Amino acid sequence: MAQREAVIPATTTRRLWTWFHRLASPRYFYELAGRLIPWFGWAAAVLLAAGLYGGLWLAPPDYQQGDAYRIIFIHVPAAWMSLFAYVAMAGAGFIGLVWRIKLAEVVARACAPLGASFTLLALCTGSLWGKPMWGAYWVWDARLTSELVLLFLYLGYIALDAAIEDRRKAARATSVLALVGVVDIPIIHYSVEWWHTLHQGPTVFKLGGPSISLDMLVPLLLMVVAFKLFFFAMMLVRARTEVLEREVNSAWVREVVGEP
Amino acid sequence: MSAGAPPGPLAAAAALVRRDLTLFFRRRAEVLNPLLFFVIVVTLVPLGVGPEAATLRAMAPGVVWVAALLAAMLSLEGIFRSDYDDGALEQLAISPQPLAVLVLAKVLAHWLVSGLPLVLLGPVLGASLFLPGRAMGALVLGLLLGTPVLSLIGAIGVALTVGVRRGGVLLSLLVLPLYVPVLIFGASAASNAAAGLDVSGPLALLGALLALALSLAPPAAAAALRISLG
Repeated sequence: MAQREAVIPATTTRRLWTWFHRLASPRYFYELAGRLIPWFGWAAAVLLAAGLYGGLWLAPPDYQQGDAYRIIFIHVPAAWMSLFAYVAMAGAGFIGLVWRIKLAEVVARACAPLGASFTLLALCTGSLWGKPMWGAYWVWDARLTSELVLLFLYLGYIALDAAIEDRRKAARATSVLALVGVVDIPIIHYSVEWWHTLHQGPTVFKLGGPSISLDMLVPLLLMVVAFKLFFFAMMLVRARTEVLEREVNSAWVREVVGEP
Repeated sequence: MSAGAPPGPLAAAAALVRRDLTLFFRRRAEVLNPLLFFVIVVTLVPLGVGPEAATLRAMAPGVVWVAALLAAMLSLEGIFRSDYDDGALEQLAISPQPLAVLVLAKVLAHWLVSGLPLVLLGPVLGASLFLPGRAMGALVLGLLLGTPVLSLIGAIGVALTVGVRRGGVLLSLLVLPLYVPVLIFGASAASNAAAGLDVSGPLALLGALLALALSLAPPAAAAALRISLG
């Protein structure tokens, strides 16, 4: 303890904790989120427009796939976000379970439908890309299959959340499920990959790799950042609404909503 | 039990296994139904896809494993449901013993009456689908390593849903996606053996899954039970 205090002055630590506690207070979060959402939202919109313009107009067609590859500008960010949202959900759930911070439970719950949507988007774009590439909308490709299992995990989380009436209990139960899922997802991913190489041989070809051209990489990265900002904006919108719903009986909510 | 010092965790776990086994033997029908289900599902497959030996032989490992997964899932509720309904689970939760050890004991008792019969029935059903004899060892060993993992993961799912009314379908939604690795390694051990290939890889991975589930699932299920009991 003495050592740590020597490195970080006690006042800084205390200030950090006060900030953390304030952040965990529903009203402070509600106001902070209200101020952050437009920033995240507009930044996401601008980057999305730039990324789409760069990806759909400026980037050259691929020498093998022609224009069909352009779906990666949606597909890859969506697939990354599908995993990111799950990890964020489990992380928030862990914080809620261990430190009993209600706000973390709210954030975890807000992640689930967004993550499920990103997963569905990745699946749909993946199968649309598969039609010209593999000649079929659905093949049991390793990544598509793990993505499908991930969608089931999200749906299970949402179903469990809907089945338990007591909000606190539902939040804690779903957090345990999300943590089990986080342990299992890498195992599922690698087992599916292993299953796939066993049965079908490697995929026809793989996107990415070090050979991706800069003209394609830049819009792709723009899209990745745009998706992430969009996720944060939407997550905050959902969390904000739920904070209102949970605190409906408190004075500040009535003040904010303008009810007598 | 008479007053005095409480028994150690191992003694308590042994007593719990004995008690659960006795209860299961008093309710034989409930235990037998999932096994009957296992047999019927496998019987339906030839009726659906036709009696050609070559087709059935190729499908046998997967069919037996999928049916085992479904049967294991159907029997899961038996781990905690009746104890939850009659309040025994709360007594376990407030006992001085670590709840994770008690959960492990309950899963063990449940596996002995629901998982072990699946292991024993597996080769019979495999043979009915023309699975070659040399694959039987891998099928049995795979089921022996895999079905406890199913029970352990399932225990978490039951612990989460035990307080929910009509939690059965919900349970399958939670648990089946988590079963994917067991299905993959189990079925490929048997089909590798049928093709005359090496089976040590998938079996070793199943063993690793079992070790992981044995160490992580009981505390997770115990935490989930405490949440469900509120």
